[in-house]
Amino acid sequence: MDISAFVLFWAAIFTSNILLTNFLGMCSYLSVSREIESSAGLGVAVIFVLTVTSALNWLVYNYILLPFDIVYLQYIVFIIVIAAFVQFLELLIERYAPALYYTLGIFLPLITVNCAIFGVSLFMIIRNYNFLQSIAFGAGSGIGWLLAIMMLAGIRRKLKEKMVPQGLQGAGISLIITGIMAMGFVGFSGIVQIQ
Amino acid sequence: MITRILTDVALMSAIGGILALIMVIAQRWLSNYGEVSININGKRELKVTGGNTLLSTLSDQQIFIPSACGGRGSCGACKCKVESGGGPLLPTERPLLTKEEMASNVRLACQVKVKSDIHIHIPESIFNIRRFNSVVEEIIDYTYDIKGITFKLIEGQSIDFKAGQYVQLESQPYEKIKDKVIRAYSISSKPELKDRIQLIIRQVPDGICTTWVHKHVKVGDKVNFTGPYGDFYLRDTEADILFVAGGSGKAPIKSILEHLKEVGTERRMTYFFGARTRKDLYLSEEMQAFEKVFTQFEYVPVLSHPETEDNWTGKTGFVMPYFKDAIRDPKNTEAYLCGSPGMISAVTKSLKEYGIYEDKIYYDSFG
Repeated sequence: MDISAFVLFWAAIFTSNILLTNFLGMCSYLSVSREIESSAGLGVAVIFVLTVTSALNWLVYNYILLPFDIVYLQYIVFIIVIAAFVQFLELLIERYAPALYYTLGIFLPLITVNCAIFGVSLFMIIRNYNFLQSIAFGAGSGIGWLLAIMMLAGIRRKLKEKMVPQGLQGAGISLIITGIMAMGFVGFSGIVQIQ
Repeated sequence: MITRILTDVALMSAIGGILALIMVIAQRWLSNYGEVSININGKRELKVTGGNTLLSTLSDQQIFIPSACGGRGSCGACKCKVESGGGPLLPTERPLLTKEEMASNVRLACQVKVKSDIHIHIPESIFNIRRFNSVVEEIIDYTYDIKGITFKLIEGQSIDFKAGQYVQLESQPYEKIKDKVIRAYSISSKPELKDRIQLIIRQVPDGICTTWVHKHVKVGDKVNFTGPYGDFYLRDTEADILFVAGGSGKAPIKSILEHLKEVGTERRMTYFFGARTRKDLYLSEEMQAFEKVFTQFEYVPVLSHPETEDNWTGKTGFVMPYFKDAIRDPKNTEAYLCGSPGMISAVTKSLKEYGIYEDKIYYDSFG
């Protein structure tokens, strides 16, 4: 893959938004988007975890899994690395930034099972990104995820005062809105193709 | 082939092991808050190891803040004032605190973690709360799912409580349940008995503590509990009284009535007991006997779903419509409720409509 890391970063935000084109990380996206503040908190945590875990998993893949020929164990290894990192991060934030720790609350541990994180680690392996590209892709995907959840949270705030048919309230209307947003983002896809 | 399997497993374990090692070191280094001090009411100063919740740190120091839900953050019983050192208010506390409480630094002791020197305010009565050791003396089957269990205090202990208060029972591990749990139950015996208490416990399907009580506790077993807790006790006034109970909610009312029998009273009292069918009724003779003891007392059992073979001629449906005849002067009536949260809220709403003051309606809210 010889796309520059810079292009990859922007592509991950807009043309290949991890949530709106791959529909990864839907679970917390749907449940947390009720409030803008918590959406922002979770989004920032996702950016951080995505950037660091894609770097960590790239190193683990290229310096442990490949040389020892145990690539077939990559799913387990990636998940353990993600879980350990999130746990470590939680300890660190609790100790040194208690205010941030209380703002993020339960969302921080929930990131462990956010499939966008795991998805990014897998994509970077499948698409043969180098180290710099992986970090750029991770950071870009995180920002893209934050963008998507903030947009939905904003729309849902407006929706509170609107009449939504009973059968569509909650997740139903959110999924329809997400679909329409995804169609909007397809418009960007002509700019650059990374997959 | 075998070497391949072995090396792969070894590599995988090494990766897991290294990560675990990093975590253990991080935990030791990051979650070590050292020794901190807890200042209580500006009078007592405790030196404790930081890192745990305020509730469990205090109970290690033999100070028992009430907690009906056992620290899950669902009952709000463990409210206490944290003047300084408690950190910011948590999202888990907000739903259980009023605006006034938030403004005056009231926190949930089960959510606040002791990480630095902390300054708290708790009512002096909490220092009366102690941990008691007891043996099970008697188990009575009141109905198919309600048991009355008498605990005799050992080691010469004696308990002082007000009729209506509750204790917190510690269950022991059994079968698949590995941990102790702590649950609140009202005392059903009279406060004049100081060397033993009785609890009335209904089997909750899949309830950890009630299953333990119903299926595993035998006469002679050692059981620990702490107490007494609660603001649900008989107020010493001359007002008319309305007791409303359902299921095992008979316990604190029984304690209050037996206490009144000891001290004597002229107050006008009506006791509504709600149950589904005749087989859910218990202690009926004892309750009716109180009608002879007191000058103005009436026991009114109400069945919501009487079966045809019950041959029930008494009152049916919900208890609320029958309050009308029992309330003589709503401004001079106190109500004591004990039952499920659903029953409490329905009855409270109805009583307010009948004109009874909200601050004269007393109940425990076990989350």
